[in-house]
Amino acid sequence: MPKVSALDMPDVPKGKLPEHLEVQRTRVVCNADAPIYTEPFHYSGAFALMGVDNSVTLESFCKNLKIEVIELTEDTMEFDMIGIDASLANAFRRILIAEVPTMAIENVLMVNNTSVIPDEVLAHRLGLIPLNADPKLFEYLSEHDTPNERNTIVFKLAVSCKKGSPRLTVKSDQLKWLPGGSELEMESPTPSAKPRTYTSFSRSQDSMPEFANKPLGVKHQDIIIDKLGPGQAIELEAHAVKGIGKVHAKWSPVATAWYRMLPEVILLKEIKGVDAEKLVKKCPVNVFDIEDVGKGGKKAVVANPRACTLCRECIRGVNEPQVELRRAKDHFIFKIESAGAIPPEVLFTDAVKILEEKCDRVICELS
Amino acid sequence: MEHGSLTDLSSSTFSLIDEDHTLANSVRFTLNQDPRVQFCGYSIPHPSDNKVNIRVQTTGDPAKDVLKDALQNLMLMCKHVRTTFDDTVNDFRATEKVEHIDINSDR
Repeated sequence: MPKVSALDMPDVPKGKLPEHLEVQRTRVVCNADAPIYTEPFHYSGAFALMGVDNSVTLESFCKNLKIEVIELTEDTMEFDMIGIDASLANAFRRILIAEVPTMAIENVLMVNNTSVIPDEVLAHRLGLIPLNADPKLFEYLSEHDTPNERNTIVFKLAVSCKKGSPRLTVKSDQLKWLPGGSELEMESPTPSAKPRTYTSFSRSQDSMPEFANKPLGVKHQDIIIDKLGPGQAIELEAHAVKGIGKVHAKWSPVATAWYRMLPEVILLKEIKGVDAEKLVKKCPVNVFDIEDVGKGGKKAVVANPRACTLCRECIRGVNEPQVELRRAKDHFIFKIESAGAIPPEVLFTDAVKILEEKCDRVICELS
Repeated sequence: MEHGSLTDLSSSTFSLIDEDHTLANSVRFTLNQDPRVQFCGYSIPHPSDNKVNIRVQTTGDPAKDVLKDALQNLMLMCKHVRTTFDDTVNDFRATEKVEHIDINSDR
């Protein structure tokens, strides 16, 4: 019998991987105790000895990439990315959370604070309030710059609770935008004709065309900042600057952004009758459904695999494997919840641009 | 910053400052797709320092050029993702508007 290489055997597909290896390469199998096959086969020569090319060229990437938008509202977005690798998807997620810039209150000038909340705690709370300002219209403020109309937004909060009146709740709608800059005067050794303030606005911000139609303010009007009892008052000025989430989470533009891989639920054998009904009942999100086969027979089918949350109820406590839970390694279901300043589709585009800029920076450094 | 041998340009370690897993893992993915690459990997020497070491070993070409090509590829991939995403969002918005008009015209 002449020796035949295993790869030339009649039932081995040529140029493609055998089925069990294809599952290992493209799917994460979630067993009852832990997932397996989680390692990505990135190396282009991983299957070179079998004559299979594992590389992803730019052309094949561009041809195979598909994006489908499932839901798009003012604040949230859900979309699918098919044909992309986990490293890129994770890079976009990390940039969305930590490196897309926003505006948030950074410096708080306290004039009077007789409320029960200490100054620093009040300032911390003010920093976390999401502002409705497009960071692209502003520049970064570094230590040596003077605060001016191009890098600072000034807000004022002046509330007091009169003696004899009930307790007052200070909500975020009390933060008033001061388009003309700071109104607090700095102490100067020589009394000059016009005292300096803490910002140097050369022109009022509402005379600038960008802010003419859309006045700056807080995104949500009903955030509780503080509570005042009778006789207590707050008077402060808050300066908002541009920053990124890496420095402080208040500058993160997303409430959160996450992705999950597309679930794939495979029935390893036919499940009929009572077993089928038991299986359908086990799943809390109705992944399975009953299909009526002729003569009153019932068969279990996978109706909605996308809803699978990997609770593993269907594979727990079963003697023989009936169901296999898998995840597709190249199909990501992204969900972006914006904190409000920037719409989610703009956020994602900005995140991709930032990754491009990072590459550009490294290329320039290398040249 | 490239740390390598002066005589053998095909293997070297690139130390990038102000970078982390975000860029390094993506570059490692694109590097692996290049057939000239024999070995590539990245490590973060200490999480408190913002440094990443990317190691590239090639089958002969200078490692710097291979890394530059991988970064260019990554940039082109990102550009393509952006354009595909923008087109998809515009199509989605257009179909939504059409449905909205249809619902209104039914009344």
